[in-house]
Parts: sequence; structure tokens; C-alpha cells
Amino acid sequence: MDTHNNTQPQEVTKHYKPAFTFRRFIRTNSAQLGILGVFVALWLIFIASAPKTFLAPQIYSAFMSSTPFFAIMAIPLTIVVVAKEMDLSFPSIMAMGMVSFNYTYGATAFIHNATVQVTLAILAALLTGALIGWLNGFIIVKFGIPSLVVTIGTQFLWSGAALVLTQGANFSLEFIKQTFYYNLFVGKIGPYFPMQMFWLVLITVLGWVLLNRHRFGAHVYLIGDNVNSAELMGVNTSRVRIQVFMLVGVVSAFAGILASFYVAYFWPTLGAGFLLQTLASVFLGGTSVLGGTGTILGTFLGAFIIGAIEAATVAVGLTGFWTNFIYGLIIVLSVIMHMYLRKRGE
Amino acid sequence: MEEYRLELKHVSKSFGEVQALEDINFHLGRNEVVGLLGDNGAGKSTLIKIITGYHQPTSGEIYFNGIKVDNLTVPKARELGLETVYQERALAELQTLWRNIFLGRELTTKMGFLDIQRMKDETHRLMTESMGFTSHAVSPDSTVGKYSGGEKQGVAIVRALFFNADIVVLDEPTMGLSLKESAKLISFVNGIKQAGKSAIFIDHNILHVYNVADRVVVIDRGKVAGEFQTKHISLNELMDKMVRVAETGSLG
Repeated sequence: MDTHNNTQPQEVTKHYKPAFTFRRFIRTNSAQLGILGVFVALWLIFIASAPKTFLAPQIYSAFMSSTPFFAIMAIPLTIVVVAKEMDLSFPSIMAMGMVSFNYTYGATAFIHNATVQVTLAILAALLTGALIGWLNGFIIVKFGIPSLVVTIGTQFLWSGAALVLTQGANFSLEFIKQTFYYNLFVGKIGPYFPMQMFWLVLITVLGWVLLNRHRFGAHVYLIGDNVNSAELMGVNTSRVRIQVFMLVGVVSAFAGILASFYVAYFWPTLGAGFLLQTLASVFLGGTSVLGGTGTILGTFLGAFIIGAIEAATVAVGLTGFWTNFIYGLIIVLSVIMHMYLRKRGE
Repeated sequence: MEEYRLELKHVSKSFGEVQALEDINFHLGRNEVVGLLGDNGAGKSTLIKIITGYHQPTSGEIYFNGIKVDNLTVPKARELGLETVYQERALAELQTLWRNIFLGRELTTKMGFLDIQRMKDETHRLMTESMGFTSHAVSPDSTVGKYSGGEKQGVAIVRALFFNADIVVLDEPTMGLSLKESAKLISFVNGIKQAGKSAIFIDHNILHVYNVADRVVVIDRGKVAGEFQTKHISLNELMDKMVRVAETGSLG
């Protein structure tokens, strides 16, 4: 029996589900596919030129143990750059976090329990990172000074403060080996998988969720795209901008902990040498310095390209003198590629 | 006493030394469309930004539905049922359509996670039902920067409508639109009135304002220079008066 003559067809909630097409997939993910292409191409070149090295697991274990120290910071830095801001102060936050760590460990000596002391010291380091990040954001928002300028200043300030507070002294952190934190942060799962890689993957996933699946990330994209529109539509742009700097602060302090635990040693110059590698990872990954676009996955791949080049240069038979040259070549070519892909996408 | 949807009493605004608005008294009735006219720099946009909560007045009072509102902010104005189509359109052009429709008030699940499917569904529905967009280039996942001027304006308008406003503020909505698109916009403003809502309509084009507004308020040099019911004045008279205001600063 035909009954739908006199009944109005019920309005079913229409789901918008566009059919998957290969072209659309390529267009919407062009930046990530671009850097993935560079990644795979370089990898194949490395395997072809030094098969012995690149078909053995040891080299990948080495990449996974050294790359996370800066790659971890590149994740929140990506969020900062998407918001059309810049942070050059994160290397000094690594050092200042560890200065707090050492102070707290020393000041809690009366507890006589290394694990409790280290727990408190870690919390102090992370808190220091958050505070320095907050201060960066506060100065940028309150006085309207470009973040590039502010963080050049605070980079000098806090790396200087680390030297003053420690009087330039370096010391051993052997005591951390008595605590489970040592294995948790920089130990190994099986013969090849370093724990710092686990932390990198975790932070990458959290960063991706925050940027792509949370209101916070939506506001970051809006602010980077058009801060005026964001304000007119009621986004609290000051608060979000301060929060992105706090994120870099906390994660940089954590990266400082990992890097120091790895060698069980503290240098007050910790962080020196991390600046350009971290920034290069972000831009190599296709995040635009003009704000509003960028991906976490791109940065992740970018970091491993940066992390692999040094070892690869030597493995394929070139001298270490080539390293920077090849870095530069790959960065410049990739950035040109990203600009081309972005123009075509428009 | 009749209760207005919106009323400003003795509102002034200065930016440092510059007095942008001086002692403005303004009201918007229920189911009324008020046109704001005035030369460039007369203070129309400042007035709008005070009504929408973007600027705070230096002095004066703001009432919504007869209730005084202190420290009006953009989110607060929205809660009170006011939506704005800004002159600068307030779009994020590198972002997708669905992100623009829900700009600043994303639909979220618990803890602020985005409900992306629902936002895309709503966007898709609005596009086909309200915007009448049929072009394939305009999908929830397409980037707004690629749209034509009319399409962008459509996005800004539909965004204001979706959230069921009692008051819709349109700041220079016909700027950059083709004739056909302007006509569509005018019929849209008439639709607001038929739906029993109120609107404030700002435009350079006196003809547009005259055609849609019940009442016209003329702003000059930060002050209200005069107001007219459109049914009591002809278009020519209104134009003469506008010229006189521009020359002398008063309706004489």
C-alpha cells in the first residue's frame, strides 16, 4: 500500500558527506603531501646511496633518540606560528626550567627521597616554563609589541638569567637514575625504541587534537588568519595568544628536562643550538609565517628531515662540512614548494 | 511607555583627543528598520561598534528591551539577540566555510571539542536553504577567500541569521555588491522585518536606505542631526536635507 501520499516526508537530518575524490584529497592536504613527498624522496636517496646504513635499525634508533629534543618544541611552536606570532625564547626556557629543577631539588634535600624531590623539581620546571610563556604573551598583548621583538629580548634575558643564577656552573644529575623518571623519560622500550620518541608522538597527537579538534585551535587559526575578524566575532584574542605562548613554555621546559636527563648532566647553556633546527622544522613542514595555515603533521615530518640530514650526510660519504649546505638547500627548496602549492590551492 | 528593543541615552565616545560621538540618543523599536545615514567619518561605524559591544562608550547608557546593560561586550550583545553583518565582513578568508559560519561560537561537545560534523551539516543546510548557493565551488569545506563579493556577503548575512537574532545590524552591506546582489540584499532586509525582527541598516546609498527603512536617523560630526519617518518624507526632500546637513552641519 502506498501511504506516503498524504504524509509529508519527514525531514531527515541531512548529513553533509561529500564523496571522496582523489583530487579533493590532494587539494586539501597539499602541504602535508608535499612534505611527505620530500621526506620519502630523501629517504629513498639515502637508502640508495648508503643501503648498509639505512636498511639497518640502528640509524632509525639514533634518529628517534636525538630528534625528539627539538621536535617536541616544534609542535607548540607550530601553533604559535599559525596564530601569526613568533617565539624565539624557547631555548632559554629549556635552561630556565632546569635551573628551577635544580633549585627545587636542592631546596627539598631534607625530604631524603630522590623520587619525591625529582617529582617536585619536574613540576617546578614545568611551572617555570608556563610562567615565562605567560610573561612573553602578557608583554606582547599588553604593550602590543610584535612577538618576534619581545622574544628576542626574553631569549637573552632568560638565557642570561640561567647563567647568573647558576654562576655558570654545570653539574651532574646522576641522582635521577635512582628514580623511575629516568626510564620513563629517556629509557628504551626493547632494543631500539627510545622513550623520548614516545613523548614526541604523544605531544604530536595532543597538539594535533588541540589545533584541529578543539575550540582553542579553531580560534588560533582565526587569529592567525584575521585577528580583526576574530575580535569582531567575539574571540578573546588576548587570552588565546597568551595561552599559545604558555604552551610553548611548558613544552620547552619539558624538552629541557628530556635533554638533560638523556645525558644526566646540566649545562647552564642548555638550549643553545636548538633555535634554528626547531624553527626550520616548522617552516619545512609548510606552516606559513603569514599565519592562518599550517599543520602539525607537516612539522613532525619536517623535524625528522632536519634530524636525519646530519647523520645521512656522513653516511652517504660526504664530509660533515656538507651538513649545513644540504640543510639550507632542502629548506629553501621546500619553502618554495610550499609557496607554490599554496598559490595553486587558492 | 513603549519598550524599545534597543535604546542609547546620552552616549558619547572619544578616542584620545578625538570626540567621535557626542550625546547620542537613539532607539530601535520592535519590528522596526532604522536607516543610519551620514557622511564618511560622521560616526556611523563608531555608533555601530558601540551597539555591538566592540567599543565601550566613554559615557552614556545602553538599554536592551528596557534593561540597562553595563560593560557591553560582543558575546554579551549576542546573548541579548543582536547580530551584526560588519562592513569588513569579519571573515577569515583562509579558512573553510563551516569555520566561518561558526566563527567565534563553534559548536562543541564537552570540554570544548569541536562538533565538526554538526557544523558541516548546518552549513550545508544553510547554504542550500537560506543562501541559495548552488555553485559547486561553495561547499562547507571550500575556502571563503575564493568566493565572489556577493557570496562573501551572503556568508556574513546567513551567519547573522542562523543564530536567530532579534536585532540585525547591517553595516554597509551593499558595498562591493553587483546591482543584482544588492537587490537580493534589500529583499533580505525586508524579510527581517516581515519575520517580526528589527534591523539597523547603514548604507551610503540613500535610495537603498529609503526603500527599506521605516525611519531614517541622520548622523553628522558625531551628533544626531535629525530623524524622519520615511512615509512622511519623499526621497527628494531627504536628499536635499542630506546635502544641507553636509554643508551646514544642521538641518536648518
